Amino acid sequence: MARKTTTAQMTMATIFAWAVGLIMFFPILWTALAAFKTESDAYSLPENWWSTPWTTENFGIVQERSNYLRYILNTTIIAVVSTLLGLVLAIPAAWSMAFQPEDRASVSWPGYVWLVIILGAMAAAAAIAYSVGWAMSARPLLGLLLIVIFSLPIAAWVWTRRTGDKLLWMLSTKMMPPAGALIPIYLIFNRNGLVFKDWGWIDLSEWNLIDTFAGMIPLMMLLNLPIVIWMLYTYFKEIPFGILEAARMDGAGLWQELSSVLAPMALPGIASTLLLNVILSWNEAFWTLNLTNKYAAPLSFFISEYSSPEGQFWAKLSAASLMAIAPIMVLGWFSQRQLVRGLTFGAVK
Amino acid sequence: MATRQGQALGRLAVAPAVAALAAWSLVPLALAFYYAFLHYKLDDPDNTFFAKGANFYYFVTDPFFAKDLFNTVALVLLVLVITVVGGVLLGILLDRPFWGRGIVRVLVISPFFIMPTVSALVWKNLMMHPVYGFFAHMWRSVGLTPIDWFGSHPLMSVGIVVGWQWLPFATLILLTALQSLDEEQKDAAEMDGAGKLDFFRHIMLPHLMRPITVVILIETIFLLNVFAEIKVTSVGGIAGNLTYLVFSKLNDDNNVGEAAAGGLIAVVLANIVSMFLVRLIGRNLEA
Amino acid sequence: MGSIQLQQVRKDFGAVSIIKGVDLMVKDGEFVVFVGPSGCGKSTLLRLIAGLEDLSSGKIIIDGKDATDLGPAQRGLAMVFQSYALYPHMSVRNNIAFPLKMAKASREVIEAKVKYAANTLNLTDYLERRPGQLSGGQRQRVAIGRAIVREPSAFLFDEPLSNLDAALRVQMRVEIGELHNKLKTTMIYVTHDQVEAMTMADKIVVLDLGAISQVGAPLDLYNKPDNLFVARFIGSPTMNIVKGPSAAKRGADTIGIRPEHTEVSSTAGEWPGTVRVAEHLGSETFVYVEADGLGQFTVRVDGEAPVHAGDRVFLSPREPRLHKFNAAGQRIAA
Repeated sequence: MARKTTTAQMTMATIFAWAVGLIMFFPILWTALAAFKTESDAYSLPENWWSTPWTTENFGIVQERSNYLRYILNTTIIAVVSTLLGLVLAIPAAWSMAFQPEDRASVSWPGYVWLVIILGAMAAAAAIAYSVGWAMSARPLLGLLLIVIFSLPIAAWVWTRRTGDKLLWMLSTKMMPPAGALIPIYLIFNRNGLVFKDWGWIDLSEWNLIDTFAGMIPLMMLLNLPIVIWMLYTYFKEIPFGILEAARMDGAGLWQELSSVLAPMALPGIASTLLLNVILSWNEAFWTLNLTNKYAAPLSFFISEYSSPEGQFWAKLSAASLMAIAPIMVLGWFSQRQLVRGLTFGAVK
Repeated sequence: MATRQGQALGRLAVAPAVAALAAWSLVPLALAFYYAFLHYKLDDPDNTFFAKGANFYYFVTDPFFAKDLFNTVALVLLVLVITVVGGVLLGILLDRPFWGRGIVRVLVISPFFIMPTVSALVWKNLMMHPVYGFFAHMWRSVGLTPIDWFGSHPLMSVGIVVGWQWLPFATLILLTALQSLDEEQKDAAEMDGAGKLDFFRHIMLPHLMRPITVVILIETIFLLNVFAEIKVTSVGGIAGNLTYLVFSKLNDDNNVGEAAAGGLIAVVLANIVSMFLVRLIGRNLEA
Repeated sequence: MGSIQLQQVRKDFGAVSIIKGVDLMVKDGEFVVFVGPSGCGKSTLLRLIAGLEDLSSGKIIIDGKDATDLGPAQRGLAMVFQSYALYPHMSVRNNIAFPLKMAKASREVIEAKVKYAANTLNLTDYLERRPGQLSGGQRQRVAIGRAIVREPSAFLFDEPLSNLDAALRVQMRVEIGELHNKLKTTMIYVTHDQVEAMTMADKIVVLDLGAISQVGAPLDLYNKPDNLFVARFIGSPTMNIVKGPSAAKRGADTIGIRPEHTEVSSTAGEWPGTVRVAEHLGSETFVYVEADGLGQFTVRVDGEAPVHAGDRVFLSPREPRLHKFNAAGQRIAA
């Protein structure tokens, strides 16, 4: 320490900082208090928060009334499985970008050529759709084909970019507002909504991903995949390439290089990536509120059930809230550092 | 620098992730385009036809659109002011030595881990309820009339809740940046006779400019999409933003076409912000 | 067996040529040093031999077999990296055993070979430690141990001593030399330090801008440099270079004379000058002389020489030790 701090200054700073810290934490603390009061005492909490009797009955009632255990199980399944699934895609991708980077685009057409191709394909797809009166209900195959025509040039453009640009593109997919994807995803998930569902040989009317794990897990995986790849990438970058080359000289194949050298060395990084990803999917609320309502519904949905306009059940709301946030908050305390790196995409370390 | 075999393997390894993300971002976009030009209501699925620009026209001329566009921008700005100003102050505070730093740090960052539905309901009821809430009690105890937060000032209330959730994020990033400020630079400034305010203005603030920009851009991306806080506090009719409007077009009006058109407008808005962010991060990537 | 032959090996990165067509024969059991200034392509050439980079054109033949398209693991070579590239999460024992495990050797074989390597390199007491708990010299030995157990047909060393301090460098230099005497395996060693090259090599390959400047035994390069580049690169302090009348008089464009082959006299000689600095090291003295109209000379004389800054002196070359070069910088045969 270069500077001396006097005891008086230290005491002042301590008092002030603790006051600020407690103010920030106060709503959580208050919730925790209310969770241990009876329903009627919860409303007079400001007046006699200490004198009224304590009780743990709320937790039992919440479990009984809305089956908390089921929701926390759902949340955990979605968060953990989607994270592991994401790692399966992200580890090879991050390895590739960190250790086999391509420093120039593999197809070096000038930007305007790409722009013309991409916009041209989009216009062509739109023109074809227009020529059939924008009616795809009876033409599912054409619909699929048009989607491919629409997307393929952009995908090809991404595929041929140099590594740095690929990373930035992945990042930009995270910035897609969910409102833009809500309609398509909702209709893909919902058997009744999808316009081109009748393929003749198979009728997708039976198709339903709403409120299923089969729908929520891949969705959550894709939602956080860019962050997972970015975080792993920044961790992998810190491992000297020479060590992987040494492994290659020693006769390690790709699998051994990844499993016996890279993975053990990057274990702390992989663990923090996992942790952050679990936190993010645990707290996700846009898609869970829109796409689940019972069987695969996670905790964020469970809590929204307590938003009845009367707000009659504060103690139970508090108990339920506490049960929903406690596990992930504790996990979060352990991942402060990684949070910065993960959420700023390595821009601040 | 590597072998062709390695390069080929590398391209193969990155392919699944690129394919998944391409599908995830482009298929919905293509479908959104399709539905945006379709007159399609879920409660009247047989009456479906090409709608030209009608969906866009009706979405934009909907009286809710102008209000919700304003709300979107106002909410983003309000939360940015709360978090950036608060984050700088909290960062400076937590960067100082004091007893129990680790614990206070944990207290300050905790709100970030609270799921949006929980913080919205806790604030609306336990903190901001006009009769039984903690704030009402405080107001009364100093002789003031309690404020009906969500009833009379829904936008500001949502802003406070969201600001509370994002303040830890800004604090954490700015604190990390402050800790990377060279200790010797502090000493040198002191030797040069810089007072506390001079130091803040000429050394600390310039050092924080980049992380502040990062905070602003990243938060903007997320804040454009605030949804759960508005929905569970039931203030969508007054304080709704564009995201909420798209949701209500689908949920309340069953109007797929208009919702898709609104979604595309949101995409354009977000892209303008994300272009700046991607550039900033890209520049950092090269360095 | 460990002969390595390079035929017209080229490496281009886009429009830039890093290696411009190298032909070289490394005989079995030879200790060959690639030396040159940074950026000359010596490390790239080593990585090409290792299989860590692709050739743009040309052939690499190992033990008489074309290895140009083989992966790094199939070439039967072992490499010691500049950064040691030890696996930080494995004990010394597992680091050394790793290549054997990759080759699916039996446990007894692994046990025996690790023991032998540890004995050879004085690592027996450290086998259970992690690399992070070892000193620089010990890490270096682990890296060598990992190379030894593979019983490769040749060892490749990429500036292995550059991360060590001066004293340790000398010690490891001796150890690597002893190892070569003991194993009699081909070794290719890359360094930018000409002292390492001179002391260790059977054969030195001097590289300049991606091409071989000269190949030969250390003393051949010292005594008969083919060109000005080698003349100046080999030998420390650097050879003195003289152009103009003195060179023309001897039928050359440029002449060179090493500091240790230059005479200093206070009375008479070919080049008069003023002493700028005299460094008395005890065993020897380095005298830096500003010669009139010719620039700076370095002269090496014995430790007790009574020379001081500001003295007027006369320098003259020992005629048989003089090197003559033509306008293109090539040696003129005597």
